[in-house]
Amino acid sequence: MPDSIENIPIQVKVNGRSYSRTVEPRKLLVELLREDLDLTGTHVGCDTTYCGACTVLMNGVAVKSCTMFAVQADGAEILTVEGLETNGELHPIQKAFGDCYGLQCGYCTPGLMLSALQLLSRNKQPNDKEIHKAIAGNTCRCTGYQNILKAIQVAAQSMKGV
Amino acid sequence: MLAQLGDDAKLLAGGQSLIPLMKLRFANPSHLVDLNFISGTAYIKEDAGTVRFGAMTRHAEIEASAAVARVPILHDCAAGIADVQVRNRGTIGGSLAEADPSGDWATVLFTLSAKVVCLGANGERTVSLPDFIMDAYTTALAQDELVSEVAVKIPPQGSGGAYLAFKRSAPVYPTASAAVQLTMDGDVCNDAAIALGCVGLIPIRADEAEAALRGQALTEKTIASAMEAARAVADPQSDMRGSADYKRTLVGALVKRAIEIGIRRAHGEQVEVGHIYA
Repeated sequence: MPDSIENIPIQVKVNGRSYSRTVEPRKLLVELLREDLDLTGTHVGCDTTYCGACTVLMNGVAVKSCTMFAVQADGAEILTVEGLETNGELHPIQKAFGDCYGLQCGYCTPGLMLSALQLLSRNKQPNDKEIHKAIAGNTCRCTGYQNILKAIQVAAQSMKGV
Repeated sequence: MLAQLGDDAKLLAGGQSLIPLMKLRFANPSHLVDLNFISGTAYIKEDAGTVRFGAMTRHAEIEASAAVARVPILHDCAAGIADVQVRNRGTIGGSLAEADPSGDWATVLFTLSAKVVCLGANGERTVSLPDFIMDAYTTALAQDELVSEVAVKIPPQGSGGAYLAFKRSAPVYPTASAAVQLTMDGDVCNDAAIALGCVGLIPIRADEAEAALRGQALTEKTIASAMEAARAVADPQSDMRGSADYKRTLVGALVKRAIEIGIRRAHGEQVEVGHIYA
């Protein structure tokens, strides 16, 4: 190992707000979000690139924030679950998850909503198969997938024309 | 830079295998060189019957590419790797350079005369994929070299192929996989390439299975003999994904199904293929 590890300055925009931080190179993006920026809505489930609880959008695409270093987000725009609502108004995806009971314990929900957002931002009217594929990287350990699928369909309906 | 940093340095491409390995302390590099901020390393170009992928091209970009849609076996692979999040980060160059025995790309590219461009301080050299993948997690890359490009020959008219991987769930590696690429003239198979994944330390080219098809009308009988030959050449290990016997049977079934889809595609039919889940 090198004798000393230099911390690295980064600039990252999270939920529309710019942050400058100096971080250890080994710090994961999810640790930056949760520990340095107090955005604890993004969860760590498995920490092995399996469960998708830590999913956020980076420059518009879904990534597992436990499988990226914070320094790799330098200059990027990140969207977390905290950034979904606008002026206290829930995002249609959040509303649909609530209305359809698309969550049980809620641990996987933030990641699922961001995977759903990547899908719905490219495909306004996804079929069941496309929804399955879009959330294949998000594990719900309560196994409540039926209502999650329903919620994403309802969200797609209410986001049409938005 | 790699020469300076020494043996313990690792290149970080998509990081979707390396970062998990580091967390498990299976990999403990002294230095990581992040390739993600180098511009011009992600591209899909087509020239003179060859598709060229920049090493940092993400699986998701390959999945969405119109050039790739014309070679369905490439699309099968790109669209089926792990899950959306991993495909958004993971790269074709990283996948080949890691040479994981359970990786998807190497198995598929064994059937397409793929070449890997290795770039080092002393210039670049082109290595055919079977020469590049030397052993599990071991490639022909020198310590100061990296993969800069992957070149894939577009199969001739009348060709069709398929890649099928059998997985327990989306984010995990396949239990077994099969890549089949055929060139057909009516019912007769002019050329065949078959590679098996996850049933050996590196992808296995099933020469005898190919020979069973080449020059033959592809009937139930010829396909069955190719399937038998593929089973015989598989060299699986028993592990948590299944026993060696199970994987051997599975890989035979995948070869059969991939041949059937390859024939339909060679005849111009659009066949959508997804990875198969247990």
